[in-house]
Amino acid sequence: MLIKLTGGKVYDPANGIDGEIRDIYIEDGVIVAAPAEGRIDQEYPLHGRVVMAGAIDPHTHIGGGKMTIGRLMLPEDHRGDPVCRGHLTRAGCGHAVPSTLTAGYRYAEMGYTACFEPAMLPANARQAHMEMADTPMVDKGAFAMLGSDDFFLRQLAAKDDIEAIKDYVAWTLHATQAIAIKVVNPGGISAFKFNQRQLDLDEKHVHYGITPRDVLLTLSRAVKELGVTHPLHVHGCNLGVPGNVETTENTIIGMNGLPVHLTHIQFHSYGTEGDRKFSSGAARIAELINSHKNVSIDVGQVLFGQTCTASGDSMRQYGNTKSANPNKWVVMDIECDAGCGVVPMRYRDKSFVNALQWAIGLELFLLIDDPWRIFLTTDHPNGAPFTFYPHLIRLLMDKGFRNDMMQKINPDAANSSVLASLDREYSLYEVAIMTRAGPARSLGLKNRGHLGVGACGDITVYQDIADREAMFATPVFVFKNGELVVKGGRIVKVVQGATHVARPDFDRGIEKSLRRYFERYHTVGFDNFKLSDDEIITDGRGSLVIQPTAARA
Amino acid sequence: MSEVATAVEFDHVPCPFCGLVCDDLQVVRTGAALKVTKNGCSLAVTGFERALPATSPQVGGRDVSVQEAVAEAARLIRKSSSPLYGGLSTDVAGMRAVMSLADRSRGTLDHAFSSAFGQNMKVLQSAGWITSTLTETRNRADVIVIVGSDVHALHPRFFERIVRADTTMFEETDKPLTVVFIGEGLDQSAASGPRVGKVVTLPCPLHSVDEVMGALLARMRGNKVSGDNVAGVPLAAIEGLAKTLSDAHYSVLVYTPAGLHTDDSDLTVHAICDVVRLLNKTTRSAGLSLGGDEGATTATSVCGWQSGFPTRVSFASGAPDYDPITNELPRKLAGNESDLLVWLASYSPDLAPPDTDVPTILLAPPAMTPPNAPAVFIPVGTPGLDHAGQLIRCDSVVSLHLRDLGRSKNPSVASVLTAIEAAL
Repeated sequence: MLIKLTGGKVYDPANGIDGEIRDIYIEDGVIVAAPAEGRIDQEYPLHGRVVMAGAIDPHTHIGGGKMTIGRLMLPEDHRGDPVCRGHLTRAGCGHAVPSTLTAGYRYAEMGYTACFEPAMLPANARQAHMEMADTPMVDKGAFAMLGSDDFFLRQLAAKDDIEAIKDYVAWTLHATQAIAIKVVNPGGISAFKFNQRQLDLDEKHVHYGITPRDVLLTLSRAVKELGVTHPLHVHGCNLGVPGNVETTENTIIGMNGLPVHLTHIQFHSYGTEGDRKFSSGAARIAELINSHKNVSIDVGQVLFGQTCTASGDSMRQYGNTKSANPNKWVVMDIECDAGCGVVPMRYRDKSFVNALQWAIGLELFLLIDDPWRIFLTTDHPNGAPFTFYPHLIRLLMDKGFRNDMMQKINPDAANSSVLASLDREYSLYEVAIMTRAGPARSLGLKNRGHLGVGACGDITVYQDIADREAMFATPVFVFKNGELVVKGGRIVKVVQGATHVARPDFDRGIEKSLRRYFERYHTVGFDNFKLSDDEIITDGRGSLVIQPTAARA
Repeated sequence: MSEVATAVEFDHVPCPFCGLVCDDLQVVRTGAALKVTKNGCSLAVTGFERALPATSPQVGGRDVSVQEAVAEAARLIRKSSSPLYGGLSTDVAGMRAVMSLADRSRGTLDHAFSSAFGQNMKVLQSAGWITSTLTETRNRADVIVIVGSDVHALHPRFFERIVRADTTMFEETDKPLTVVFIGEGLDQSAASGPRVGKVVTLPCPLHSVDEVMGALLARMRGNKVSGDNVAGVPLAAIEGLAKTLSDAHYSVLVYTPAGLHTDDSDLTVHAICDVVRLLNKTTRSAGLSLGGDEGATTATSVCGWQSGFPTRVSFASGAPDYDPITNELPRKLAGNESDLLVWLASYSPDLAPPDTDVPTILLAPPAMTPPNAPAVFIPVGTPGLDHAGQLIRCDSVVSLHLRDLGRSKNPSVASVLTAIEAAL
């Protein structure tokens, strides 16, 4: 089956194509060169339409126990957005923490073809993958959380050889079917279990005597030397704490050039200036990121309305419970592995703090120069549900719209932000980098996020209209592996995406110490902990894509 | 040629017969007979070693092929205007299949143990909680409080694996463990061993545990409690517990929702969670709900991620509608609000459907004897014995892959329901 997409305006930054009129051919799910001859089985005339690779969300909480806690905790939120069974689609619910099925449909209806769960606890990996398996339409993958798990902290405290630590990190990627490694409040989730209520970059863990800086340097080096493409994905210290801009600066500088991805950096860019002791640190952070090429970020933009924050950061989420709205929340200590905190949040545009959070996120977007190192996220659902992405894109592409929105927010917050003075408007090319090419490159997704020959046929077609929110909310067509799955913003075919994993080499000798550790301390056996390929593939519903890793250093 | 049954040994076998899902059993299969040879508790031995009668699918009491039974089940579901899907004692795949079928047939879902589990859901949806998990508790707790439920009877290996564990990760920093029982007549026999320092009992009638918890909370908040005892427990003992808890590094308050004997036991769960929240202002403490037998945690979780709600969800309107009162299965049956019951059981043959005149499609272990003759009966396998599966543990965090021990060829709930849906 040869499909031709004819005459669209193509934005394909990975191949340097910036709005050129091009034809694209897809055969057997893969983009191919223009055939010398031969019949076109199906042609889509796309004149005047914008063509991009399918969008990729590199940080969205779509699967795992804490999301299901959020779902079960908030029936009132679901009741506002019931989703009926359709001709092709199953029933479910939407808004802050949508049901898995609805999440998959809505991502696809927005032109997304891949989503990555950034906080998979190894102890909860099996369930996270079950939930992702029940998220149709999109490819997915997960980042395994390390850095507060007792096995690693014991290694670090005992000053184990870096090679053993690398083996453990690699084993974790294999055992949990992950594509990358995430660290959340490095060492801090564990410290909270010892009743420490904060852990700054150089503060010592009371039991292990290590610092978050030790954790970050060790894990980022391990990930790099294992040849895993995506750098260590870091949710830093002091999330949400006024004054954390300094911690974030010290983190960036302290990485000493090691590659690192700082996630939802908006929540880590707060100063303490002004009457309310809360101010924007965006300019300081942006300046450092612009000069540190080893650092990439995603924003975690706050947008106004009801949502639910959900994080592995039990320490900081416990601190945030005072802002819970509605006033109910869950904090968990989990399996000598990690933790979680689920805290509903209602961001109000008339609140000084919330409005400034909104402005700080936008400042970061507009002050960071290189779109290849900044990815568009709301840290779904922490800053806002992912369904707000089209609105966020318009805020970035349309200064007039942005200024109008600024009129509505808390005036003191507006006045204390430099946002009004920032004239930058993102181009479609830059949006394509930030939502496709950049995440694909950073995650090491071969043949995703671009439209060159050999890329898989994950393609989104938009109308080229001035209202960028409307444009990105309702694509004309979405193709998944070359099949038309969304037409006019509605699902026309339900498909099941693949699960992307990375499997760096490691010395199986580590399994001996792990087996002993599990036998001595755990309530699950070593062999039962590991997640097999069969469990991902589950009767052919799922599939695995093993992304390449570089040679181990 | 006669076949000689050889013994096959399985190690590290997960056990699906209670919410702890212990995974260190050794089971030997000889032909179709299983024997637990290591780490089996009474529930495991009963579950694994139960004889499996040879049964056939039936329609109207007549033996038929699986295909015929599936076709008849599909016919009944097709003509039903409001099917009820109950029991829901199955694995993840079974829950996925019944969610799909209920969505398609505009049915209502309710797990057999929703009433007990629903106590937790009420608290989660109104206040939330701070909780721990089995491994965390095993290694970290220095005070364990068993609140008003007979944990040892309901989960026979909880004390062995969590409370009395030989080695813990932080033993160099921890004091000997204090175990507190709130309630009379709770089996304390397993609360012993080198790790257990002190066992304290606050002996009140089990139906008065909420009063003791209320008094504990009041004293912790600095409020006065009148009288010198509460439900027979001296106030001094309650104050002693308050001190034990506030002095602890990491206390864990353990209960089994189905084992609570108080009226409106969600209020007891509330009190447990309030005590924990209060303690966390200065030290660390967590709740730990056990239970989750008969796939209850799995049912709640899968229903939760696929529909957004715990069980007691109806798809009658086309979208999931969660109403824990209206959608209670016994209430719907009693109120003649349904014309078909589809009952799923796959662990214990004792989890029989309720006594009802409503035509019933029964998917159950072969040994089940239902109170009424079902319209359709399809014997199904037990996940972890007859086929592989996945089961979520009581702490809602850990899930286990259940193994196919090759006991029988009885089909899984998932495969039968998928065939029924395909036949609709």
